[in-house]
Amino acid sequence: MAVKMHILVCGGTGCSASASHEIVAELNKELVAHDLTDFAKVVVTGCFGFCERGPIVKIIPDNTFYTRVKPSDAKEIIEEHIIKGRKVQRLLYVAPDTNQSVPDSKHMEFYKKQLRIALRNCGFIDPENIEESIARDGYAALAKCLTEMTPEQVIAEIKKSGLRGRGGAGFPTGLKWEIASKSRPGEQKYVVCNADEGDPGAFMDRSLLEGDPHSILEAMAICGYCIGASKGLIYIRAEYPLAIHRLQVAIQQAEEYGLLGKDIFGTGFDFEIELRYGAGAFVCGEETALIHSMEGKRGEPTFKPPFPAQSGYLGKPTNVNNVETYANIPVIINKGADWFASIGTEKSKGTKVFALAGKINNVGLIEVPMGITLREIIYEIGGGIKGGKKFKAVQTGGPSGGCLTEKHLDTPIDYDSLVAAGSMMGSGGMIVMDEDDCMVAIAKFYLGFTVDESCGKCTPCRVGNRRLLEILTKITDGKGTMEDLEQLKNLSAVIKDTALCGLGQTSPNPVLSTISNFWDEYVEHVVDKKCRAGQCKALKKYVIDPAKCKGCTACARACPVSAISGTVKNPHVINQLDCIKCGTCIEKCKFGAISIQ
Amino acid sequence: MVGPKIKITEDSYLKIKEICESFNNNPGELINVLHQTQSHFGYLPEEVQQVVADCLGIPVGRVYGVVSFYSFFTMKPKGKYAISVCLGTACYVKGAEKILDALKSELKISEGGVTEDGKFSLDVLRCVGACGLAPVMTINGKTYGRLVPEHVKEILAEYAE
Repeated sequence: MAVKMHILVCGGTGCSASASHEIVAELNKELVAHDLTDFAKVVVTGCFGFCERGPIVKIIPDNTFYTRVKPSDAKEIIEEHIIKGRKVQRLLYVAPDTNQSVPDSKHMEFYKKQLRIALRNCGFIDPENIEESIARDGYAALAKCLTEMTPEQVIAEIKKSGLRGRGGAGFPTGLKWEIASKSRPGEQKYVVCNADEGDPGAFMDRSLLEGDPHSILEAMAICGYCIGASKGLIYIRAEYPLAIHRLQVAIQQAEEYGLLGKDIFGTGFDFEIELRYGAGAFVCGEETALIHSMEGKRGEPTFKPPFPAQSGYLGKPTNVNNVETYANIPVIINKGADWFASIGTEKSKGTKVFALAGKINNVGLIEVPMGITLREIIYEIGGGIKGGKKFKAVQTGGPSGGCLTEKHLDTPIDYDSLVAAGSMMGSGGMIVMDEDDCMVAIAKFYLGFTVDESCGKCTPCRVGNRRLLEILTKITDGKGTMEDLEQLKNLSAVIKDTALCGLGQTSPNPVLSTISNFWDEYVEHVVDKKCRAGQCKALKKYVIDPAKCKGCTACARACPVSAISGTVKNPHVINQLDCIKCGTCIEKCKFGAISIQ
Repeated sequence: MVGPKIKITEDSYLKIKEICESFNNNPGELINVLHQTQSHFGYLPEEVQQVVADCLGIPVGRVYGVVSFYSFFTMKPKGKYAISVCLGTACYVKGAEKILDALKSELKISEGGVTEDGKFSLDVLRCVGACGLAPVMTINGKTYGRLVPEHVKEILAEYAE
C-alpha cells in the first residue's frame, strides 16, 4: 500500500530548538504502535516560516496546520487525525481577529499574500532526501541548461528575467554572470555562494539552506556552466551547524546521483562544490572580504576594481552571489524569464524573502512579491503589532539600513523605493518596533554592532563609528547637546563618503535615518532630558504619586541604595540624586503608586 | 620545529600536526585548521598558534592576526558550559539585555568571563537565527527561547551537579 498521508514536521533551527525532533520520535513510535507505517509517513522538512507558533506539524494532503505542538500531542494526532480523520481542534491555529480556529494553511492570513518562489520547497520536502527534491523539479533546470541551451542563452534568460542580487545591493545577476563569463576565458574560475548571513535578526539564508539545499547546489552548477567554472565554494557561517550538515548531505547525494562531479548528464561538464566556513565576522558578507577569508586570511575588504569577476578567489575570476539569488535561478530556467518578470515592479522583479521579527504577532519567514507595501506585510501577513501597541518603526537592511516609519507604510517595497525612503533592501531582515522602543537607543545598538564588527582597515569606519557611538551614548546618558546632533550628521556624512567598503559606507545609515524620521525624539533627549519610550535608563525618573501611596514602606525597604524616604502610613518620596533607576521599587509597590516619567 | 619556549605536550603537538596534515599543510586552509584545532582544544592559546604556524610554514603573526580577527576563535578557555546570549536585533528589542543582566548577577561574572570553578562562561553573540523564539540564549549549543529573566535561575539549575 502506498503511503497516503504525510506528516510534515519542521526541522528548522527555530522549531528544533523547541524539541521538534522529540515530536518526530513520538509520531514514529505511535505509527509503529498502530501498524500504520505503510499508510502514513513522518517527514522532517525545512522551515514553514510561521516560527511564531512553532513547533509546526502539517498534515498532507489536507494541509492541516498544527501549531505549538508538544511531543505528548503525537498520540492524539495519530489516533484522532490519521486514524479517524478528525482534526485535533486544540492544536489548530486560531486567527487572532476572528478567534476562530483555521482548518488548514491555505486559509491562514499569514500565507494568503505570500508568493513562494525561492522558498518553494521549504516546508514541503525532506531536505536530506535528494529524491524528494528531484520529484519537485530539482536538477531539471540544470539538465535543461546543459542539454538544450548554450551558456549565452542561459545568461540571456537570467538577464531577461530582471533578477537582481538578493544580498542587499541589488546588482543585476545576469549582468554579473556575463562579466564573469567574458573575463579571462579558458582559465580556472570559481562560483561562490555567500551564505555568511551576519545581519542580526535575519535568517533567510539559513532557512533556505536548511530547507532546500539542492536548489542552491543546482543553481551554482548552472552558474558554473555559464561562466566556465568547474568549482563552486559555499562560504557559510560556522554558527549554522544544521545548515552545514544538510549541505554536506546534499553535496554527497548529488555526487552519488551524478548531478555534481565529472561529466554531468554525459555532457562533459564537470562541477564540484566545497564548503568553506566563516568564523564570525560581519564584514565577511562583503564579497572581497569574503574571498580573503576563504583564502585563510583576515577578512578585510579591498578596493574595487578589480572586481571579483576579474580577480577573485586565488586571483582567479570569481562570481559571488547570495543564497537567495541562487534559489531563484532554477525556477527562472524552468518557468521562463517572462513568467518571472511578470512578478514584481518595473525595476525589481520577482519576490523577496524577509525575516519578520521584533514586536509583531507573526514572527517568521515570509516571501512576498516585490511591490507589496509595508502595511500589507506588517498588518496582514504579520498580524499587526504585539499586545495591541502602537507601531513606531520598521528596520530593514540591518546595520546598513534604516528605520522606516508610519509615513512609509504604503510605499511599495522594491530596491529603489527603499533607498529613496532612506533605508535599503538589505538581505531581508525586517524588525518591527513599537512605541516602547527608543529610536536613539536603536541607533546606538546598531552603532555598537558596527564598532564591534569594523575590521579596522580604514580610519573613517574604525574611528568615525566609534565617535558616533560615543556621541549617541552621551545623548542616551542625558548629557547630549544640540551641537552633538549636528556633529552626528556631519560625521555620518564624512563616513559615508570616505569609508573603504560597502559596510563602512552604509554604517551611519541607522543614525541618519533615525535622525531624519525621529528628529523630535533626539531633541527630547537633548533638550528635555526625556526618553519617551522609557528605555534610556539615565533619563528615567521614578516618582511616587502621593495620592496613591499608602506608606506601606515596602519600596523603602527594597531600595538597594536607600533613596526612598518617608514614615509609615505617610506618602514616600524618592530622592532623585541617590536613585540608581533599578526599578526595584516599582516591582514592590502593590498600589501602583510608582511611575516612570 | 617546536621552539624552546613552547610548553606543549607531545600529544597536543602531534594532534595539531595531524590536523594541519589533513589539510595538506596548506596555508589557505588556515581557518579550517583553526576551526578543528579549537574544537579539539577548546581554545587557541599562544603555544598552539605557534605550532600551527610552524606546520603551515607561515609567520605566527599571521595566525594570530586571523585568530584575533574572527569572533569565533578564542584565546581564553571557556567554561564547561558555555553560555551565549543572543544580542541580535530581534532579541534586543525583546529584552535580551535583561536576560544578560540576570545571568551576570546570577553567575557573578561579566561578558567574556568564566566562573571561578570554570563551570560557566558567558558571552554574547549576534543572532542565532531563531528570531521567532526571541530572546534566546544557548548553552553548549542547546537553544533556550522565549526567555524572561526569571527563567535564568531554573535553567542554570539544570546544570547543577
